[in-house]
Amino acid sequence: MRLVKSFAAALVATCLAVPALAQAPVKIGLITTLSGPGGYLGEDSRDAFQLAVEMGGGKLGGVPVQVMVEDDALKPGQGKEIAERLMKNEKVKLFTGIIFSNVLAAVAPEVLDGDGVYVSSNAAPSNFAGKECHPNYFVLSWQNDTLHESAGQYATNLGFKKVFVLAPNYQAGKDAIAGFKRYFKGEIAGEIYTRLDQTDFAAEMAQIRAAKPDAVFQFHPGGLGIAFARQYQQAGLLSTIPMVVAAPSMDLGIMKALGEASVGVNVSSHWNSDLDNAANKEFVAAFQKKYNRLPSAYGAQAYDAALAIGAALKNAGGKVDDLKAFRTAMLKADFASVRGAFKFNNNQHPIQDWYALKVEKDASGNVVLVTKGKVLTNHADFYAKDCKL
Amino acid sequence: MALLIEQALNGVQLGFTLFLLAAGLTLIFGIMGVINLAHGSLFMIGAYAAALTAAKTGSFLIAFPVGLVCAAIAGMVIEFLVVRRLYARDHLDQVLATFGLILFFNQMTIILFGRQPLFVEIPSWLEGSIPIVAGVQYPLYRFVIILVGLLTAVGLYFLIARTRIGMLIRAGATNRDMVRALGVDIKLLYTIVFGLGAMLAGLAGIMTGPISAVQVGMGEHVLILTFVVIIIGGVGSIKGAFAGALIVGVVDTMMRAFLPALMRHLMASGSEADALAGGISAMGVYLLMAIVLLIKPKGLLPAHG
Repeated sequence: MRLVKSFAAALVATCLAVPALAQAPVKIGLITTLSGPGGYLGEDSRDAFQLAVEMGGGKLGGVPVQVMVEDDALKPGQGKEIAERLMKNEKVKLFTGIIFSNVLAAVAPEVLDGDGVYVSSNAAPSNFAGKECHPNYFVLSWQNDTLHESAGQYATNLGFKKVFVLAPNYQAGKDAIAGFKRYFKGEIAGEIYTRLDQTDFAAEMAQIRAAKPDAVFQFHPGGLGIAFARQYQQAGLLSTIPMVVAAPSMDLGIMKALGEASVGVNVSSHWNSDLDNAANKEFVAAFQKKYNRLPSAYGAQAYDAALAIGAALKNAGGKVDDLKAFRTAMLKADFASVRGAFKFNNNQHPIQDWYALKVEKDASGNVVLVTKGKVLTNHADFYAKDCKL
Repeated sequence: MALLIEQALNGVQLGFTLFLLAAGLTLIFGIMGVINLAHGSLFMIGAYAAALTAAKTGSFLIAFPVGLVCAAIAGMVIEFLVVRRLYARDHLDQVLATFGLILFFNQMTIILFGRQPLFVEIPSWLEGSIPIVAGVQYPLYRFVIILVGLLTAVGLYFLIARTRIGMLIRAGATNRDMVRALGVDIKLLYTIVFGLGAMLAGLAGIMTGPISAVQVGMGEHVLILTFVVIIIGGVGSIKGAFAGALIVGVVDTMMRAFLPALMRHLMASGSEADALAGGISAMGVYLLMAIVLLIKPKGLLPAHG
């Protein structure tokens, strides 16, 4: 009798467990860089993503989600191991968060080969945008080149004739210089590939000074950018040779490092905290309230990625199991982007506007990025034509 | 010509920063036989202590000694709590334990001060440039780094060659059992040497702070170059560390500065030449290390014969 009772109880429990399973939250693997000199970028990205989840009451698009945050420490190998572990042990199918292109290059194939989905909130190297584009790989930020194409166009608009270009020697650095040159119409006064682990740029500063360019374009994200910008200032170049950069080379951390010296730097970006749309106002206010600081572009992109995932989950029935349905839902881009206009191109990278910003001093004496106008409208990336999706 | 002199000075300045790190690391290895991977953390501790003090007091002159003392104390505490247990163990255990210390210090720094980097201003009396020779202006702060490095090198030479404690250090490096048998408190000596090494690393950290940013993990990148310096110079030898640091500093800077132009002369495609030059200059010091190991496996100026 007891045995029957236990069986009955087990049966009831199993029945109860079935709907409970259907209600289980969708797991999202957020792999990002949280330690080392680039750690504050990942922190912004993570905080904004979690803010979106929190604002939805633990849900994205009305679907409960569980965000699993992991630190890749800017090591491609470590990122890959994390992805493997999450896919195998936790059955995670949806990944996002990677900041650096070299980490993405190791993680994305791992995820995609295992029938997972990768939604990039930052890194988007050229090799995944063209021939090797993938139906389950979506980018919410930009394609790497487009950041610097906008800087190239901005430099052309500003009338600079001779520009010195510098970027670290890795995929995103090469994309940066290729992108800048594609849209800059003047002459390149010099081209230097720095190292991804470089801390001292004295040799580069001396070369810039000797080349006497009209302006300097450089791409150095995170800790690299702080060191570069400070040494540029200390070498007395910031006041003599203007700088034109894309958003990652003049983020809030770098502006804080330079202080008032950063006033006048020209920045091209797809987003700024002062963009006038309702979604952006809501995001910036909520972020400031929760974290007591302004969000950076890294944060804005991660927030958009969370909203896009939410929209896709909602329209795909709250699951990632049916990859086709998820993809169709994702490509609708049915969310209010903090940048305003946003749509996906055929290679599943954004088509969006690019803005001209300038560092200025506001009424209370803080240095802030102020939007000055548009550089490019409905800009798509160069590699989309090679993508057969 | 002016550019050549400026780049040479940049190389020397990088060399002296590396020397401050390498001297401590090589002393610790030469005398105690311990590979201390946490040396980069001591660099970071010096930088953080100075940056925080400078932010509180606004004075670099107060921040400087505070940074030195904090790094030295941190070094002695590490020695007393952790490294002391490792002298008799093999190198793998030492590497594992000190690697653990790196993780501990990095995480601790994140918990205490967050991930946002800290900034130290160059003190106003060290800003600007000074004329070195006709037509060459050099940033005063970087010049001061060279001077401090030089003074430290001279000071270390006197400490080790002319003082009683230096004599004990040399004796300890040659035959530690004999020193102990003669009644010297070798444990205390080890703690002092570790503290001295830590202070030198802290000094490098303090001086690097205003040039770049003070942030978590700042010691690890520079530690790799420091190991190259020690291998080129000869493990355990201060003279070797001095020579190795200057060679690495100058070679690294010169390759970065002049290789791209040279390659562009030799090759048709400009951007390929730049990419190739970037690659070769990134490998430069490691190639140099391989060549030195091939010709003089014990380094240029080894400690013992």
